[in-house]
Amino acid sequence: MPPDLQVSVSPHIRSQETVPRIMWTVAGALVPAGLVGLYVFGWRILVVVSLSVLSCIVTEAASLRARKLPLARLRDGSAVVTGVLLAFVLPPHAAWYVPVVGGMVAIGLAKQLFGGLGHNVFNPALIGRAFLQFAFPLQLNHAEWPYLIRRPLLEIFRGDVASADAIAGATPLAVLKDAPGEVFSGGWSFWDLFSGYMPGCIGETSSVAIILGGALLIALGYVNWRLPVAYLAALVAGVLLFPVAGADGALRAGLPAIFDGTYPWQNLAVHVFSGGLMLGAFFMITDMVTSPMTSRGQVIYGVIGGIMVALIRLYGGYPEGVCYSILIANGFRPMIDRFTMPPRVFGQRDIAAGGTS
Amino acid sequence: MHLLKEITKGIIRENPVLVLLIGLCPTLAVTSRITDAVGMSIAAAFVLICSNLIISMIKDVIPKKIRIPCYIVVIATFVTLVQMFMAAYFPDLNDSLGIFIPLIVVNCIILGRAEAFAGRNGILASAADGLGMSMGFAFALLVISFVREVLGSWSIGGIPVSDGGFAPMAVMIMAPGAFVVVALILGLMNALRDRKRTCAVAGALNREITLYAASKPEALKLARADNTDPG
Repeated sequence: MPPDLQVSVSPHIRSQETVPRIMWTVAGALVPAGLVGLYVFGWRILVVVSLSVLSCIVTEAASLRARKLPLARLRDGSAVVTGVLLAFVLPPHAAWYVPVVGGMVAIGLAKQLFGGLGHNVFNPALIGRAFLQFAFPLQLNHAEWPYLIRRPLLEIFRGDVASADAIAGATPLAVLKDAPGEVFSGGWSFWDLFSGYMPGCIGETSSVAIILGGALLIALGYVNWRLPVAYLAALVAGVLLFPVAGADGALRAGLPAIFDGTYPWQNLAVHVFSGGLMLGAFFMITDMVTSPMTSRGQVIYGVIGGIMVALIRLYGGYPEGVCYSILIANGFRPMIDRFTMPPRVFGQRDIAAGGTS
Repeated sequence: MHLLKEITKGIIRENPVLVLLIGLCPTLAVTSRITDAVGMSIAAAFVLICSNLIISMIKDVIPKKIRIPCYIVVIATFVTLVQMFMAAYFPDLNDSLGIFIPLIVVNCIILGRAEAFAGRNGILASAADGLGMSMGFAFALLVISFVREVLGSWSIGGIPVSDGGFAPMAVMIMAPGAFVVVALILGLMNALRDRKRTCAVAGALNREITLYAASKPEALKLARADNTDPG
């Protein structure tokens, strides 16, 4: 990618970091989650992921052309990352036009119309997903989600969610939504939930694979660890503390149950390890463009998102609230930056704070 | 010629919805189907032209301080006429437009034209203005409802069209779809206008340069004359 050269005063600090490098690293960090999706849902997810990525790239190219910008900007990889992230939050058996329309909306509407990479207010992949949720409700909201019967790890390409090898069931969160106050009994072990062997969207099921990819991004400094931790902690706090309707319909707060030892911890495991929470915490809410600049701001931002997930899951109409929670937090981002960014030039010191400017 | 200008300005240049950004409530609410959009356009056109006509006639006899209530009374009268007529002869349309027929009373386009135009201009000019603005409103509603009905329910005016294997996008007949379509059309209009303006500027510059080039021998000769002229 030819750099957009900017003439500025010294000092000039050169860094090896470039947008393409960061974006391709993020794409690489998503691979483990994709491989688990391939094992759980079969080869059909490759079709959904390819269509989504292709749609994003074509839309990006068309937008760049319409805006008379160099097509070389495609090489920064941001369209590919958006395409993969969008596909990862789609059902494995989505019709072909779902990822195609989603990619067009994500790149065309949510990214390029706002001014391209770095100018979008909302996460493009999640805008695409939210649009699809309303555009094709029958394609995205299912009572029964298919997944494959367990098979040897080596036969990763065998089978498909449309074949006879597949079984279907409600997602753990939907099971929990039906009986919010009762002890979760969906038939999945803790290891199932953690490793990702359960029905759900393509790339969101495996917490362990996502944490692996997320740890890489944190180690490389692309993601501030405070943000995912704040997001997850706020969700856990919300789920534990907010009152939930029991079997008799009466609202009951979680705190007393924790102290007398009757709290259904399985429910908490479902909240944390199933659904899109992990993918949201490590790859969506941490998007560099749409998250606040300072550590303090990122903690506030993460807490807003986590509380939103708990509110939507416990009291909202949908079993899952990660997508909307992050879009709502995106909306708070300019305000958070405004109140947490120091109104001074970086490198300057405040005389009152003991500096000798 | 003057009247023709009053009519044509409302269609594109001063389009009430797409340029002045008024009357957005019915624009967003009744454009999920083309038939609704046509019904709303005709109803609003009748009210707008008639109220413009009456208000331009009585503008000199109503006191300045209470002119807005007077305008509202005139507009509400015509809206009542439209509603009764529609309920009697087009009950289906009346049901599907529902509350948005009485709400024409508070449609910004109609009150806006009464205040900005009919209250200050003659009878014929006001009628022409009403006609032009109605056409602009109808144009905007038809474009928006066409996009929304085709994408949202794969039909044009209630007649199904082939979907080519796509499921219709339910979002298009819901409120978010209306906002997205209106925003995209507004953006397109602005982009076209900016381009026209840029072209106009470029054209003017080009003309200047051509003129300068054409006058160059002259200018050179003058300069030479200046140099050689001892005075």
